[in-house]
Amino acid sequence: MMTRLPPPILLIARYTAIEALRGRFLWLCLLAACGAAGLSLFVGQLALTESTATQAALAAAALRLASVFLIITFVVTSMAREAADKGLELVLALPLPRSAYLLGKLAGFAALAVLPAALFGLLTLLWAPPLQSLLWGVSLLAELWLVAAFSLLCAASLAHALPALAASAGFYLLARVIDTLQLLAHGRHASDGLLQQALTGGVDVLALLLPRLDLYARSDWLLYASGSWHALAPLLVQTAIYVSLLATAALCDFYRRSLS
Amino acid sequence: MSAQLRPFSSVPRALWWLLALCLLLQVGWQLSQRSSTAQVQPLPAPPSVALARLASLGEPQAMARAMLLHLQAFDDQPGVSLPWRTLDYAHLTGWLATAQALDPRSQYALLAASTVYTGVADPARVRRMLRFVADSFAQDPQHRWQAMAQATLAARHQLHDLPLARSYARQLRLQATGPGVPAWVRQMEVFILEDMDELHSAQLVLGALLASGQMTDPNELAFMARRLDELAARKAAQAGN
Repeated sequence: MMTRLPPPILLIARYTAIEALRGRFLWLCLLAACGAAGLSLFVGQLALTESTATQAALAAAALRLASVFLIITFVVTSMAREAADKGLELVLALPLPRSAYLLGKLAGFAALAVLPAALFGLLTLLWAPPLQSLLWGVSLLAELWLVAAFSLLCAASLAHALPALAASAGFYLLARVIDTLQLLAHGRHASDGLLQQALTGGVDVLALLLPRLDLYARSDWLLYASGSWHALAPLLVQTAIYVSLLATAALCDFYRRSLS
Repeated sequence: MSAQLRPFSSVPRALWWLLALCLLLQVGWQLSQRSSTAQVQPLPAPPSVALARLASLGEPQAMARAMLLHLQAFDDQPGVSLPWRTLDYAHLTGWLATAQALDPRSQYALLAASTVYTGVADPARVRRMLRFVADSFAQDPQHRWQAMAQATLAARHQLHDLPLARSYARQLRLQATGPGVPAWVRQMEVFILEDMDELHSAQLVLGALLASGQMTDPNELAFMARRLDELAARKAAQAGN
């Protein structure tokens, strides 16, 4: 009797997640959680007032950075290792469309992102009401999906690990500060020169192309219980649009690539 | 590369010595840096709000609190404990204002200004802090009245500047009128006027408070009515003398 194999996308996603778990991904997440908890205990002792809010703000920022760092590093190094080991050629020698491989990898990374988002979201229960922790955790997951999709695009198209890491980190930083950059560009102190106008135009175009990551996993939700499903909904829509855009761009590049 | 390691003895002995020497050098270097004469670092000028917001990478609340903790630790530099009067209070006010702008809902900067940094034995510096609190209060009286009440007490008991205390108490009475503000906050002006021996003004303010309908508790109303009678009696006695 023949056993029926799961669809190739799920199979590739499963092995991507297994690879991460074997690479101590879970342990690193736990270590980051312990580090953030230790940091929060420390600052809680120092704060003159609003110690819980101070703990939540600093620990949430640290957890968010740690999870983004782990996801970017894993996505890029995993793709680079597979290219170096000729695993990619092996998989593509099978009767599989190229899209199955790339979407399988993306699904694997997306599934993996649930781990830090859930773990760190649970940790924020120490400082915030359950609903706010849940909202924060879900929006962190959405942020990690965006970061994973962009890292996959970079890793698949840039071929080398270092440029892919640099590009992913640059995208993340830019997407986090793009709103402030836009405010600065349009500020009262901006000059009216041609160069300034060109720069302002450039920043405006960038703002149209990038998702506003500063709206994701907001610390003020944890501090002032100001989050709501209503505030989360646009973030989920933005995530769906942008992950689709990045996945399509990665597929276009991947289909063009000659692997011989 | 295999995860299995060869025994320690496979490492050349000279390499172990080199490792120990490098470790000793590192520890020695750090110790020598600490024992050298401690130098006081002046409080630098604060960054602009826009720059601080940019550097916060979209985490303004975390940045505000990190800035305040840094500021709080500034008077305890390695090897030196700085008295507050050596701090540049103009810069200090700027740092507090930047932190407040990054997280306007937080009371941290205001509390630090009204209770911690007013602890300096220099009236000019205290006044600067009180001015910062009063300016911040004017922007959001319903949420920042605690720091303003603290500033009123500091002006009254620390600076012994009754006109300033009265002016702050008056702002509290007129601006902090929300339902979350306790009645005693609005009554501070009456007590300060009594301290200033301005019994007529105290009587007027108390009468206005009673007439405004902001006080609803029967015990409180009775207390304030008694207070009004006492003021009238004191005023009559003064007139008799």
